[in-house]
Amino acid sequence: MKKLALTLGLVAAIAIPALAEAKPVTLNTTLKSYGGNGAYLAIYLTDAQGKFHSTLRVAGRKAKYHSHLRDWSRGEKRNVDGVTGASVGSGQSLKVSVDVADALIDAGYQIRIDSAVEDGRENAAEVIVPLAAANAGKPVPGKGYVKSFSFDM
Amino acid sequence: MLRQFHALPGLLAAVLVVVLAVTGAILSLDPVLERAATMPPTAGQISVAALAEAVTANHREVDRIVKTASGSVIAYYFDGDRAAADLVDPKTGQTIGPYTPSDFLRFVTNLHRSFLMGDAGRAAAGIGALAMVVLSISGAMMLAARLGGWSAILRPVSGTPAQRWHTELGRFAVLGLMLSALTGCYMSLATFGILPDGATVQPSVLIDVNGGARAPVAQLAALKAVDLTDLRELTFPRAGDLTDFYVLTTAQGIGHVDAATGLMLGYQPHGLGRQVYETIYMLHTGQGLWPLAMILGLSALTVPTLSAFGAVIWWKRRRALPRIANNVGAQSADTIILVGSEGNSTWGFAGTLHAALTKSGHQVHTAPMNRLAPAYAKAARMLILTATFGDGAAPASAARFLARLDAVKTPLPVAVLGFGDRSFPHFCRFAEDVATALHARGWPVLSKLACIDRQSAQEFARWGTDLGNTLGAELTLTHVASRPKTIALELIERVDYGAEVQAPTVILRFAAPKAGPNANLWQRLRAPRLPEFLPGDLVGILPPGSDLPRFYSLASGNRDGVLEICVRKHPGGLCSSFLHDLEPGVRIEAFIRKNPAFRPACGKAPLILIGAGTGIGPLAGFIRHNTGRRPVHLYWGGRDPASDFLYEGDMKKCLADRRLTNLDTIFSRVSGGGYVQDRIASDANELRALIQRGAQVLVCGGRDMATGVARSLEAIIGPMGLELQTLKSTGRYLEDVY
Repeated sequence: MKKLALTLGLVAAIAIPALAEAKPVTLNTTLKSYGGNGAYLAIYLTDAQGKFHSTLRVAGRKAKYHSHLRDWSRGEKRNVDGVTGASVGSGQSLKVSVDVADALIDAGYQIRIDSAVEDGRENAAEVIVPLAAANAGKPVPGKGYVKSFSFDM
Repeated sequence: MLRQFHALPGLLAAVLVVVLAVTGAILSLDPVLERAATMPPTAGQISVAALAEAVTANHREVDRIVKTASGSVIAYYFDGDRAAADLVDPKTGQTIGPYTPSDFLRFVTNLHRSFLMGDAGRAAAGIGALAMVVLSISGAMMLAARLGGWSAILRPVSGTPAQRWHTELGRFAVLGLMLSALTGCYMSLATFGILPDGATVQPSVLIDVNGGARAPVAQLAALKAVDLTDLRELTFPRAGDLTDFYVLTTAQGIGHVDAATGLMLGYQPHGLGRQVYETIYMLHTGQGLWPLAMILGLSALTVPTLSAFGAVIWWKRRRALPRIANNVGAQSADTIILVGSEGNSTWGFAGTLHAALTKSGHQVHTAPMNRLAPAYAKAARMLILTATFGDGAAPASAARFLARLDAVKTPLPVAVLGFGDRSFPHFCRFAEDVATALHARGWPVLSKLACIDRQSAQEFARWGTDLGNTLGAELTLTHVASRPKTIALELIERVDYGAEVQAPTVILRFAAPKAGPNANLWQRLRAPRLPEFLPGDLVGILPPGSDLPRFYSLASGNRDGVLEICVRKHPGGLCSSFLHDLEPGVRIEAFIRKNPAFRPACGKAPLILIGAGTGIGPLAGFIRHNTGRRPVHLYWGGRDPASDFLYEGDMKKCLADRRLTNLDTIFSRVSGGGYVQDRIASDANELRALIQRGAQVLVCGGRDMATGVARSLEAIIGPMGLELQTLKSTGRYLEDVY
């Protein structure tokens, strides 16, 4: 018993510093039933002026269509290693968990979503939510394909 | 080889290709309908700035204007928080109505490019397109080879209905299909990033955006300078952000346009890849090119039928090849047996030989003579077994043998064995021709040319013993002729002629036996029906006590509901006596052998039918089937109009309703009479005029008559600078002679 407590203590000691730097944030995105092919999404962080900071998640694997995610790409080839998944179908939801550095929370940063659908719209920053603890769990609607977006942490 | 190239992808990719084609045909309607709805403007008619101005005047917050490949203009806008899109008249910028892409077309598009199965489906669609390329090219090459060169590619084709439809449709559609398939391959490779699709990356964001108040869009110089025909899309700056700018994509490149000054801030021209891709896209979809879309759509529509007929042809060819046990591959066999056979009887002998050689330890490959390969890796000898067709011609499975012989680089020791009937003048003629051709090309003789008379098992066994001695091993050939698969036919009617002129002749009409009065529904449904046949085809009849079938030309088609033959009784003739003794209600065993070599060509050209005695049978069949009322002239010779005027009533009926244009008869046993060859000689002018008009001559009857007719006709067409041989080789002089 003593031994187990010691082990747990050790694990905690190793794990806590990591927790102190980054926090898992769950992103919930639900799309409208727009009735087209799967939507490409970019969920990313910007500063308060809208300047790109980092990519949280990209839905849609074909890099050649990423340029249609207008604000997010803005003529740049974004690094999407490890953050891409399948595109999201009409009326479907995407729920992913990402690690966000503590330093970015409540520091004026924003979560933004760009979306694009083949033969359809290309919505730049259709969702803009400040990354503040107070906003967690509050769904917001998007202007284009996003029906609602919320984040939990 | 070419045939395999055609058949293999055809069979393997049939489903893929058919789905691609049907969906493609549906999609091809889109550009046509879209074009019918709006006329796109011509160059110089309206600038991007003017269009954008008109669109912004009607919409509160325009997000993006897109011009599709087919020329439609779509405006995406926000109405408050509601995202919406309108279809816009490209000439005026006025709203036509809300833009609602069709769910059905989207579904069909996805089916077309990915079978609704993501990347795996996209790859399959690419493979389907590749299969279509291979099919188009190999099909065209086969057709050219068959018709005698590319210049002859539009000539009429003969063959079974399936073959004719397959060829006609293929010929109609091949260019469209090839275009669709090649561009489809390109697009597939572009999808997977193997070829460029010309996606141009935007120029990097510039910092020197003016940021001042926005000018009206109509005054922006960079947009005024671009014609609508060049527009691809125009993205508007975000409403609340004065540092944002227009993104203009044209046919030539992508640029950023300052919303305040109207200046082009940065510009990135498209690479060559983009133009190539746009062109390929247009050629594949027909968008912006609606006549092409129609052609491609019609071509694609032929594909299901082409596939179905192709499968039928393949299946029939496969079934026609007798199965041979332990048939070794051509390149691993030490002994090659090649078979020339019109029916299938020679194959039976080949099978016996194959089994005996295999038993004595040889690796044997048996194939039709037409499959002669340019080289055999391990072969030490070749054995050729061939029948002769008609008057010394090659049988069906050997028709291309002599032409292929020149391609063979390494001659093998060869033995030729002919099959025939000694009572015919050109007994084993084709086998002789083959042996001569081989000798002339320096093929060593394994054993001397031998001929088997009337499928004699004894002569075949003797030849086997000789061959065994040559090979240094005993070879026992016990050939048991396999009875062909027969059907039962019931005699329903007989009409007798000619007894008075010592030429007893009977017209026999058979039908499939009817189910008995007590048969249940199942038995009635399964009641035998007549197999498929046309006038001029042959019926093989097995007289009791014989496994050797006798063949009679058919005077009817199965659609007539009866199988009709015309039989003259030969003194001592086993089969003709048997048939002459038949009474209605009696059943016989028979089978059909197709005879496509003796059929009127398609079309409206006149027919000259010449026959004597029972030779009128198939000719009467052709006439009765002449529902198209093409000109038909019948010359027929009998003995006495009072006794053996076969089909007299029928022919007069056909004359009356113009299925027969002219009936010329001559009888030998009346005063001033003569033979049919005399009759045509006296009608030379008329015949010359008909032949001038492209008439086809079909001759049916005894050998002596046919020789006489050939001589008479030779003399008639000589003055026209024509030779009978020319008519024969172009299929305009056909003989069915016995």
